[in-house]
Amino acid sequence: MSTVMRSGMAADPNPLTIGGRTFESRLIVGTGKYRDAEQTVAALRASGAEMVTVAVRRVDLDASREESLLHHLDPKEFFLLPNTAGCYTEEDAVRYARLGREAGLSDWVKLEVIGDQETLLPDTEALLAATRTLVAEGFTVLPYTNDDLITALKLQEAGAAAVMPLASPIGSGLGLLNPVNIRLLKSRLDVPVIVDAGVGTASDACATMEQGVDGILMNTALAAADHPVLMAHAMRQAVEAGRAAWLAGRMPKREWGVPSSPTTGMLD
Amino acid sequence: MLRVEINGKGREVGDGRTVAGLLEDMELDGRLVVVELNGQIIRRTEIADVTLRDGDRIEIVHFVGGG
Repeated sequence: MSTVMRSGMAADPNPLTIGGRTFESRLIVGTGKYRDAEQTVAALRASGAEMVTVAVRRVDLDASREESLLHHLDPKEFFLLPNTAGCYTEEDAVRYARLGREAGLSDWVKLEVIGDQETLLPDTEALLAATRTLVAEGFTVLPYTNDDLITALKLQEAGAAAVMPLASPIGSGLGLLNPVNIRLLKSRLDVPVIVDAGVGTASDACATMEQGVDGILMNTALAAADHPVLMAHAMRQAVEAGRAAWLAGRMPKREWGVPSSPTTGMLD
Repeated sequence: MLRVEINGKGREVGDGRTVAGLLEDMELDGRLVVVELNGQIIRRTEIADVTLRDGDRIEIVHFVGGG
């Protein structure tokens, strides 16, 4: 592609492609915890994300007017990625994935199997088993995992369309705690690496993209900001900046100064 | 009347009611919800063909905001 992106930046030589589908935006955002549906949609639009996650839950039959998120989100505007958030077993995760497939328009799933209520860290054993089951059923599986290389390699082997290691625990906002592990994963995996969870603010997103990963998935960093729509805008720019910086290749670090201006031609 | 459980709560529905009929009674849009009957997903194309029975466990779910 010799096209120029909206920003005027040269097009990314390797656009994000997951499961045969190409995305211009490397930012994937969640739809949870916003003040209301209007703020949700405004933040999603400001983020520039094309793919957004959704959860599957019981309809509240006692609510006077129960509203599906689909009343507000146009699946033609956003590609919906159902998640299995809140699932603690392989069986539950597979069940929610199947419900999400029937509710939505695709066989994609953001697969979460949580192993611990306090940290929300993944149960990687159950995650692997659920990945195998769902891949066999034709799902495009994007598993949320920890930043462990061996688990990531097993998930890829099991047929995951991308691997999504955490930056830090879900909803923690602690940012990228182990850039070395994330770089290691990226260097060894063939499928896209999407950092999912833990990003707190724009500098976290930028620093994460500077590790060379393929994208970032976030929710709380937007929804829990004082101004979610403005933070969504910031995150969009941060992801683009971090990606561009990675492609540009940073200068080497030195522990001494090197002048930027000519050392010749100085006045006597 | 049939005694069934919907989203964890006991309810009564009319004899011979189908899944589609149940959704109509509850004013739910069949295009926006998914019904699981005794652990099995009922495809949208089949909701009019599946008749409820006494003791059925029904889950009605939809998409909500999530990360």
